[in-house]
Amino acid sequence: MIILEATDITAGYTTEVNILNNVSIKLKSGKIVSVIGPNGAGKSTLLKTIFGILKPSTGNVTLSDEDITGLKPDKVAKRGISYVPQVDNVFPSMTIQENLEMGAFIRSDDFSQRIDEIYALFPVLGERRKQKAGQLSGGQRQMVAMGRALMLDPKVLLLDEPSAGLAPNLVDMIFEKIIDINKAGVSMIIVEQNAREALKMADHGYVLAMGKNVLDDTGDALLASEEVGRLYLGG
Amino acid sequence: MLELFVYGIVFGSIISLGAIGLTLVFGIIRFANFAHGDLMSIGAYIALFMVTGLLAWIGVPDTTFGSLSFGWRMLIAFPVSMTVVGGMAIAADRILYRKLRQKGSGAVMLAMSSLGVAFIIRMLILIFWGADSLFYKPGLLRPAVELPLGVKIRPDQILILILVLGLVIGLHLFMQKSKMGKAMRATADNMELALVSGIDTERVIILTWGIGGALAAAGGILYGIDVQVHAYMGWNFLIPLFAATILGTIGNMWGALVGGLVIGVVQQVSTAFLMPTYKPAVAFMAMILILLIRPKGIFGGKQE
Amino acid sequence: MEIGGLFAYLVSLAITAGIYAVFCLGLNIQWGYTGLFNIGIAGFFCVGAYTSALITLSAPEGIYANYVHQLFGFDLPFIFGLLGAALICGMVAFLIGIPTLRLGEDYLAISTLGIAETFRLIFNNEPWLANGARGLVGLPQPLQGLVDPRNYNYIYLVIVIIILAVIYMLIERAIRSPWGRVLRAVREDEISAGMSGKDIFNFKMQSLIFGAMIMGIGGALFAHYMKAVSPEIFTPLYGTFIIWVMLIAGGSGNNKGAILGAYVIWGIWILTQLMTDYLPLFLKARAPYIRFLVIGVLLELILIYRPQGLLGEEKKVSKMLE
Repeated sequence: MIILEATDITAGYTTEVNILNNVSIKLKSGKIVSVIGPNGAGKSTLLKTIFGILKPSTGNVTLSDEDITGLKPDKVAKRGISYVPQVDNVFPSMTIQENLEMGAFIRSDDFSQRIDEIYALFPVLGERRKQKAGQLSGGQRQMVAMGRALMLDPKVLLLDEPSAGLAPNLVDMIFEKIIDINKAGVSMIIVEQNAREALKMADHGYVLAMGKNVLDDTGDALLASEEVGRLYLGG
Repeated sequence: MLELFVYGIVFGSIISLGAIGLTLVFGIIRFANFAHGDLMSIGAYIALFMVTGLLAWIGVPDTTFGSLSFGWRMLIAFPVSMTVVGGMAIAADRILYRKLRQKGSGAVMLAMSSLGVAFIIRMLILIFWGADSLFYKPGLLRPAVELPLGVKIRPDQILILILVLGLVIGLHLFMQKSKMGKAMRATADNMELALVSGIDTERVIILTWGIGGALAAAGGILYGIDVQVHAYMGWNFLIPLFAATILGTIGNMWGALVGGLVIGVVQQVSTAFLMPTYKPAVAFMAMILILLIRPKGIFGGKQE
Repeated sequence: MEIGGLFAYLVSLAITAGIYAVFCLGLNIQWGYTGLFNIGIAGFFCVGAYTSALITLSAPEGIYANYVHQLFGFDLPFIFGLLGAALICGMVAFLIGIPTLRLGEDYLAISTLGIAETFRLIFNNEPWLANGARGLVGLPQPLQGLVDPRNYNYIYLVIVIIILAVIYMLIERAIRSPWGRVLRAVREDEISAGMSGKDIFNFKMQSLIFGAMIMGIGGALFAHYMKAVSPEIFTPLYGTFIIWVMLIAGGSGNNKGAILGAYVIWGIWILTQLMTDYLPLFLKARAPYIRFLVIGVLLELILIYRPQGLLGEEKKVSKMLE
């Protein structure tokens, strides 16, 4: 039932300074987990550590009982986890079509059907498949970024602030797409500044602050909590 | 003047081959390879070794094709040299640059290391072949062919233009259509995202060095066919190479082609007013001009 | 070699290494402390040497002027040659810095390379400037009347050491001052230095000029030691590359390292000369290339296995930082 688990993670960008200290989260299969908290809490660092961009100094990461701690990103991707960074998440000089093709790089089969599925999920992209990703609007770019990650048919999708920098109507659109993707069976960990929306979608939520676990509960419970509302949801 | 222009195009196309390799390396691996000129040199010398040495010993005939100045030997030596120099470039990366990358050495240390490689290659050339100018086919008369407008051009030079065009088109198709070519473009765009997507960036880097080295060797051999082979030829190309790369915008393959042609023409035309030995200085002045006016080059700079 | 001859030989080695040490100190300011990648040292070497030569020689007159061409000749004493060399090199650095300092290390590198090449070409091909490829000879030496010419080198060694010491103390002073601390910050992380782009540019420019002026002095010292200048001296190998190897070997960011590196590498260079005496005859002609190959390989080994050089970077730049 637990598809991805990170236990006791201590990690940082340099050996001297740890961003995360003994952080743990669990993701159940088919569910959405949202990670919220103030800036600098280490949310992005957590995703990068799970995906193998950073190596933790303590703790481990398990995917369906397989220990994947410290594996490099390409190996993690091969095991069915995809990651969408917050910024610089497309190949700007390449077309939408090519961005998707790059997403499928480690696939050795014919993935044209998958590309059609992505275009079905994001029709706007389908209309513009020859356009260069760097020329797209913020919302379109975010869709390309997610589409690229989905090309691998991942079991788990890690999203780093998918709504960052988007206008409110686009934020709603992106969150709708996220729910659609989840309904198709992809388990997700979403890091979000937009805590309220993130918790609405979430089956379970974790609050991180200063690199540590502060709270975790179901999404609804966190939303209802006065303390969370006061501290993290901006009232 | 027209003849200078035409020869400038020929010379410029040779510069382009080197500049394309340089810009690929710059764009994907992000460092200035100061050994690139000397890769051109060693390419020319390896071909020389084969044409005047190895292939002669095993009895490949010395005949030339029609009015061209080379024949079967060069036909064999050319791709072999490209492959060898591609391999040397990869070796330099594996032995030196990769270790420095893994230690987190900055771009300057890498560039410094490549400067060292440049000198090592040049010293090896001087040790094995000496400092004299050498030729693929000594003593050969090279008659020119007359084109419309009274421009004289040698058949060799026409072939150089065709070959460069062929190589560039081939590279373009590779980068546009093939999976590894696209992976190279992706890595140049955003190396971290390429890693995240599962692209084996180490393989991309190896491929980049191989292509860069091979193209450099091609440029060196063509220069050797057209003019001569000597130990400092590559070093003398370094400034024009960098000027062409910067003019064409770093990381842009077609820019490097255009940049090479422009620098070649500018250098040749300058010989109407200055002594030919000043050509590198002319390329340098052109580069400074570009840096002052439009530092990101013709094609506006990489998209960030 | 008898003792007297050996001693004289060592003195000449010490002079040359000492002159190279001056260059290393100059490069250390630009690279070691500020992170500027200057691979055109040969250009400053050349300009410094020629400037001092032209200032200290007299303009050719009469029949002599048919054989030697100079742009000018002021016939001034050695000290003016030194100062003139420093001044002109500073100006060249300024002109080079304007288009390139904003643009990043690689652009600076290729520009310094280009300038060095351009100067070498100009001095080589323009006879009216400084006698072209033939160069200039008969440079005066400071205090040369004092002793028997055979013993003059001892005086020159003392002069070189004094100048080296003065420059060393000057730089150490400058590095420990507030100016020096800012320089360090600029090298480490430009953005967090909290300065505007214009300020960073100014600091880099000052560092470039300061280092170049010192290199100019080095060039002048070299010229007056050789008593002659000609364009072929200032090659990328002898005029740029070997200085980089010296600084990296000694420890960039460390003035003592700069001086030590100069002596050690020059010592190794001389050692390779002695070793090549044992080479079989057919290789002897290639001896200088083999020696430089050794230096090149040495550099790569240092970069991989001991990039901090012998002494490493200086730990304490200022007591106030602790």
